[in-house]
Amino acid sequence: MKEQLQKDFDNTIRNLTLSQKDIEIKKFYLDNFINKGFPNRKEEDWKFSDLNQIIKKNIGELSFYSDYTSTNKVDTSAFVDGLEHNKIVFINGRIEKIDFDYEKKDQIEIIDQSETINKFNNNSSLSDLNSAFTNKSFKIVVKEGYQLTKPLIIYHTTNSKIWSKNINLRLNFELYENSSLKLIDLFRDTSEKNFLNIFYNFDLKENSVLKNYKVDKLENKNIKYSFNNIDQDKNSISETFILSSGSNFCKNEINCNLNGEYSSAFVNGIFSINNNKHHEIRTIINHLTENTKSYQLIKSVLEDSSRAVYQGKIFVNSKAQKTDGYQFSKAILLNKDSEFNAKPELEIYADDVKCSHGSASGSLNEDSIFYLMSRGLNYQQSKELLINGFLLDVVEKITDPEVKNLIKNMIGIKE
Amino acid sequence: MDNRQKEIDNLKDYKYGFTTDIENTRAPKGLNEDVIKFISNIKKEPQWMLDFRLKAYERFKQLKEPDWQKPKYPKIDYQDLYYYSAPKSMKDKPKNLDDLDPKLLETYKKLGIPLQEQKRLNGIAVDAVFDSVSVATTFREELTKQGIIFCPISEAIQNHPELVKKYLGSVIPVTDHFFATLNSAVFTDGSFAYIPEGVRCPMELSTYFRINASNTGQFERTLIVADKGSYVSYLEGCTAPMRDENQLHAANVELVALDDAEIKYSTVQNWYPGDKDGKGGIYNFVTKRGLCKGKNSKISWTQVETGSAITWKYPSCILKGDNSVGEFYSIAITNNHQKADTGTKMIHLGKNTKSKIISKGISAGFSDMTYRGLVDISSKAANSNNYTQCDSLLMGNKCGAHTVPYIKNKNSESNIAHEATTSKISEEQLHYCQQRGLSAEEAVGLIVNGFCKEVLQQLPMEFAVEAQKLVGISLEGSVG
Repeated sequence: MKEQLQKDFDNTIRNLTLSQKDIEIKKFYLDNFINKGFPNRKEEDWKFSDLNQIIKKNIGELSFYSDYTSTNKVDTSAFVDGLEHNKIVFINGRIEKIDFDYEKKDQIEIIDQSETINKFNNNSSLSDLNSAFTNKSFKIVVKEGYQLTKPLIIYHTTNSKIWSKNINLRLNFELYENSSLKLIDLFRDTSEKNFLNIFYNFDLKENSVLKNYKVDKLENKNIKYSFNNIDQDKNSISETFILSSGSNFCKNEINCNLNGEYSSAFVNGIFSINNNKHHEIRTIINHLTENTKSYQLIKSVLEDSSRAVYQGKIFVNSKAQKTDGYQFSKAILLNKDSEFNAKPELEIYADDVKCSHGSASGSLNEDSIFYLMSRGLNYQQSKELLINGFLLDVVEKITDPEVKNLIKNMIGIKE
Repeated sequence: MDNRQKEIDNLKDYKYGFTTDIENTRAPKGLNEDVIKFISNIKKEPQWMLDFRLKAYERFKQLKEPDWQKPKYPKIDYQDLYYYSAPKSMKDKPKNLDDLDPKLLETYKKLGIPLQEQKRLNGIAVDAVFDSVSVATTFREELTKQGIIFCPISEAIQNHPELVKKYLGSVIPVTDHFFATLNSAVFTDGSFAYIPEGVRCPMELSTYFRINASNTGQFERTLIVADKGSYVSYLEGCTAPMRDENQLHAANVELVALDDAEIKYSTVQNWYPGDKDGKGGIYNFVTKRGLCKGKNSKISWTQVETGSAITWKYPSCILKGDNSVGEFYSIAITNNHQKADTGTKMIHLGKNTKSKIISKGISAGFSDMTYRGLVDISSKAANSNNYTQCDSLLMGNKCGAHTVPYIKNKNSESNIAHEATTSKISEEQLHYCQQRGLSAEEAVGLIVNGFCKEVLQQLPMEFAVEAQKLVGISLEGSVG
């Protein structure tokens, strides 16, 4: 893999206009990655999902260079219907379109950061890989007091032109005081056997609100890793919703730092997976000052020999008195081969806090099924109804009604 | 109330901190094959036992000391320890208590463990372990009548080799982790209990561990086998003198429960915790593991952990037999600079297996406490259940309480439920108690006892009273 990395790195650098110093920095990250390699189960954070093995088994040899010189055609018919929205379109990892048609032009700033390398608040090998190979990266700034009128949808589209490729994406968001942003990540993959490595960084200033909905619904054979870092100032709110369903392997990581008083973070997630899929959500909520709040709810429905992992950590440092932290994960195992692993973790150094977590896993409640069947539903209908209700609980947590409906339609949840 | 106060004042300092001035026989300092042969030789062990030790030592040499635990400690120099220390008078084992060195009798009397049976009001058979040897075992004749074997393990190796050979290392093999393997190589003494088929042990069996010599590691090994349909309740207590240095205690405890058998294992651990500034104290790195080998068997661990500078242990149950049950009840209290990383592992292998975990952690002062546990339901363990509850109580903002459960469910017909909370004693509760005339300390004592009640109830009567007092003493000075 080492020679491949070196060769692909040289090719990637050739297409960029970087200063010698920047090339050195990128080289440093590359060397870091070569040393560490893909994470494996020896690392505590990857204990339940050995990425190194998964890539080996599903993809084999990866190539890291993508030719971004030619443009891809943007298929407008693939856009979400019935919901007016701003768009950013990635096709095979290349940014094809950035479009904020519905917003005031002077309130949003898009800064090309491809030629500046900013350090990421994460020292995993995947972050090194991302830093070494990201091609284009943008920073999107929402100005003070501006609230976007329409949601922003980021289309992550891949097609059959790519195969066994590693794609690295990176976006930075900065939300100034009193601003707000609704962001939907939509994954549309028709490609197979690629590894997507996505890093987002959010900087939330006082009173700002971020809503991020990540939707991976369409069946595909790709492997995905996505990392969100969220820094929050006073009174800011972040809401993250994850629908983890389509890809062969997918790991979403949320690292949230509650730096300012009265800031709050919400993470809600659904695993709905089948076949041999293996999905993971890992959250770290750092309560770093007084009066902060976090809430997490993760529900899973596991079919066939699928496997879901939830690792959630609530960290409270000694200054963070009056913290309110809650975390709950629930899983239904529908098949004898399905598996649910959880590691809900509390690390607490302050005494005046209210922190709790709960985790439960098991089969569908036979009593409930009996109840429904005795009222005339057949087994399949009863099962669907129960699962529907089970998942609806999480979807109902979505605070934006338009997006809620969009996601309900996508999952096919009826009320 | 006055009496209680007096009692607490009496107990405020670690009252077990004295040393007994007694002549010792020691193994040469350090760890090597010769020392292992020395230990084996002095205990007049058969060849198979020495082979067992050497095999463990071979493996030990290849192992690296683990470092994933939360409480870190300065590196231990394993060559700077004595692996065997025994009172000289024990060289030829005294036949009965009258021949026992009066100094030893005095020591145990001071610890509140009278060895002279006639003075006992209620029957608890005690095996007293002093540094590396067992000095006395009481009530043996009465137990023998029922066919129960209760003796030091070194004696069992001589007298019941077939049983020891069959079960020793069957739950904690010589190829286990670092400290367990070290123990397999150098273990000195401990208790052995065998309860024959269908016998319900008429009294509590108990071992009292005492570290006396300095610079010595204590490595005892306990093996309890409950044959088909039998029942035994076993208690363990421990203390050590106050010293500025840290001492290592790495014991192995193996339990085997056959068909329909039940073992109840209770520990009140009160090793010297170090002084107020965290100087000295025992490193309590113990491996405890129970195997529910037969159908319908049950193993239940109850522990009250108040001592030790660092406690690092996970009493576990391997639920191999169908319908077997594992239970774990724990109270862990850390104060001053104490650290604890404790919890349990419930490994469900058989069908219809059940496990229950109740863990209560209290941290005060500058201490740090971690609950770390594993619940693993394998794909074959159909219709199994686990319930886990871990609650932590924090007193002050200089201490920490952490919960790290690992939950693995590979069986769709099995259910796991896990709950954890962290909180402090609420002002309302304190106010309410104080309003009714209790002092702040008494109020905290009452509330903490209530918090721990679920676990205290699991302890045998005599132990429960002692444990309740211990809980109060350990938290002394942490309020206000």
